[in-house]
Amino acid sequence: MADPIRPATAKAVRLQNLKVEFHAPGKRIEAVNGVDLELRQGEVVALIGESGSGKSVTLRAMMRLHAARSTRITGRLEVAGEDVLALSPHELAALRGRKVAMIFQEPLLALDPVYPVGAQIVEAIRRHENVSRAEAHARALALFEKVRIPSPERRLAAYAHEMSGGMRQRAMIALALACRPQVLLADEPTTALDATVQIQILLLLRELQQEMGLAIVFVTHDIGAAAEVADRMAVMYAGRIVEQGPAATLLTQPRHPYTQSLLRSRSHGAMQKGRRLQTIPGSPPDLSQLPAGCAFAERCAWATDACRTTQPPQERLGAGHSARCLRLEDIHSGAATLAMPA
Amino acid sequence: MSISNITPAALADPRDLGGPRQPLLRVQHLQKHFPLKRKGLALRGPRPAVRAVDDVSFDIRKGETLGVVGESGCGKSTTARLLMQLIQQDRGELVFDGQTVGSRALPLREFRRQTQMVFQDSYSSLNPRMTIEDSVAFGPTVHGVSARVALNRAHDLLARVGLDPARFAGRYPHELSGGQRQRVNIARALALEPRLVILDEAVSALDKSVEAQVLNLLEDLKRDFGLTYLFISHDLHVVRYVSDRVLVMYLGQVVEVGPAEQVFDAPRHPYTRALLQSMPSTDPLQRTTEAPLSGDPPNPIDPPAGCRFHTRCAFAQPVCGRQMPAFVEPAPGHGVACLRWQPESGYEPTPDFPAMPAPTPAVPLALGTLPDIFPEAHHG
Repeated sequence: MADPIRPATAKAVRLQNLKVEFHAPGKRIEAVNGVDLELRQGEVVALIGESGSGKSVTLRAMMRLHAARSTRITGRLEVAGEDVLALSPHELAALRGRKVAMIFQEPLLALDPVYPVGAQIVEAIRRHENVSRAEAHARALALFEKVRIPSPERRLAAYAHEMSGGMRQRAMIALALACRPQVLLADEPTTALDATVQIQILLLLRELQQEMGLAIVFVTHDIGAAAEVADRMAVMYAGRIVEQGPAATLLTQPRHPYTQSLLRSRSHGAMQKGRRLQTIPGSPPDLSQLPAGCAFAERCAWATDACRTTQPPQERLGAGHSARCLRLEDIHSGAATLAMPA
Repeated sequence: MSISNITPAALADPRDLGGPRQPLLRVQHLQKHFPLKRKGLALRGPRPAVRAVDDVSFDIRKGETLGVVGESGCGKSTTARLLMQLIQQDRGELVFDGQTVGSRALPLREFRRQTQMVFQDSYSSLNPRMTIEDSVAFGPTVHGVSARVALNRAHDLLARVGLDPARFAGRYPHELSGGQRQRVNIARALALEPRLVILDEAVSALDKSVEAQVLNLLEDLKRDFGLTYLFISHDLHVVRYVSDRVLVMYLGQVVEVGPAEQVFDAPRHPYTRALLQSMPSTDPLQRTTEAPLSGDPPNPIDPPAGCRFHTRCAFAQPVCGRQMPAFVEPAPGHGVACLRWQPESGYEPTPDFPAMPAPTPAVPLALGTLPDIFPEAHHG
């Protein structure tokens, strides 16, 4: 249920033509190349892609976590109503944790090893709000109860290394939600967890999201985990969103050749014993030497000469569903022929 | 697995001693405890220990792929390291094709030539200062092959795993992608012409599209070289795809073992069942509503008494906390360690497991109608 104070139509996140470049000696790495993404308040979007597709870079750019000296971010980047690229360091510190919070893949690295977890939550609350230590402590306790950590009072005094993997992830979620942010950025939050714990954390995130009306950007390479929590999905390849749409539409009617192949590798019957797996030939492009045209063309069975020279525009396909591919119509109607021999 | 499934290459192997019916590796009562420091004033009593592997017995049959699944801390990787004899077991023995490992008939050095391992981290398992051809050729030279022959063999193997030796042989590990490095590790494992290859999360760090390429390669190599695989992974989809039989571990013990289809479609142990139900549904219209298990796996330092799973088990009865279940085989070939299946264990019979819900397709069926757009990649 959405928070009544926050109108459901308000944009929680708006990215327009976002580009992120990293400068290394003698190299320029184009990690994100024009991402357009919008999230309403209370909406969950999953960013899906393989390593190097730019999903985590996009996410971290939303909080400007990249080292300023070697990174160039251009485009429009609005999160929780703030123009993130225009903020001063002071304003940025006020935004982080208060309006936007992040949870990471590895809580053992993200949490401070030399302070008890409870003290870190108290510190976060008091950094942003003018409350007494006792009041902050009471709120930390309530948060631990909310994320269902057993014997919460005792666990507040525990250090990160004294907790199990699932409990640490719950503690980090409690820390992220301490100041009731509007937007939660989740970077592979369940990837390092065991299967039986992963599903618990996914269900917890979904429950908290509905209760607090959070907007969540959920970065993952696991389509299954994304399907459990996301309203919409966006598939990234070589720093661009190649297809996005409502989760059910994207999973049942994928239109971009890359999305189709990604889903095929996990579809029913695709992993049948004795049958060879469908593979995508080759590997993702080098981000310091991106081709002029579609970055997927080199691995795509449908690619034509035009694909290699023209950057495909975003094409609307239906309610909220869009893709970037020159041959969408041809593939869909069955008119296209394979460019590569089967 | 019936004998007819065994590849001709395995049958023709001159090193085969006991014939196809004799397990390639028989693991008996394997145990490994890692002792800890005593804490505080507890000077008496047994010294605490991480009970990583506790009385584990199983067979690896010739020519099969045995999948091993379980959560972190269940002892999968410790078992793998014990099988390779990278660490010494406290108790138990390994019998390789009828010969006890470490005995006069099969000294450790000879055993290690026949058993090789591929690790999860493709980068840290290669020497960064050696070119990949040298890495692949290194093992055979240690075992007395001349440098020139070893290098030639390395080039053949690199070509076989899809890395053109003319382009790749002189490169260093950091000049390769993760998938390419894992191919090098596979080539290196094969350089000694092993019979058993242990794959410890060998494809887990790879992206899905690369993972599929490597899985296809492993299948080809198994057929061509007559290999036997022990395939450890936490990805149940992949284990189901590659395995003939599956072994499920929980807190250092084997809880279920059986043919892959039976373990996945009709699991007997409540833990196996919960593990399978924890797989995300991949259908946004049929989301999981309740987590099958709550909490994390208990600490292997002080595992629960009786059945180690009883603290999280939905079917537990008081007897489960007192009595350690024995490993029984209600049907031949499909064993389980659970009091429910053990006759006269004192477990009150209850209506059987609620049937597993019909397996939901990993992705809605509509996808099945998509054209076959990706012809298989060709390697090598």
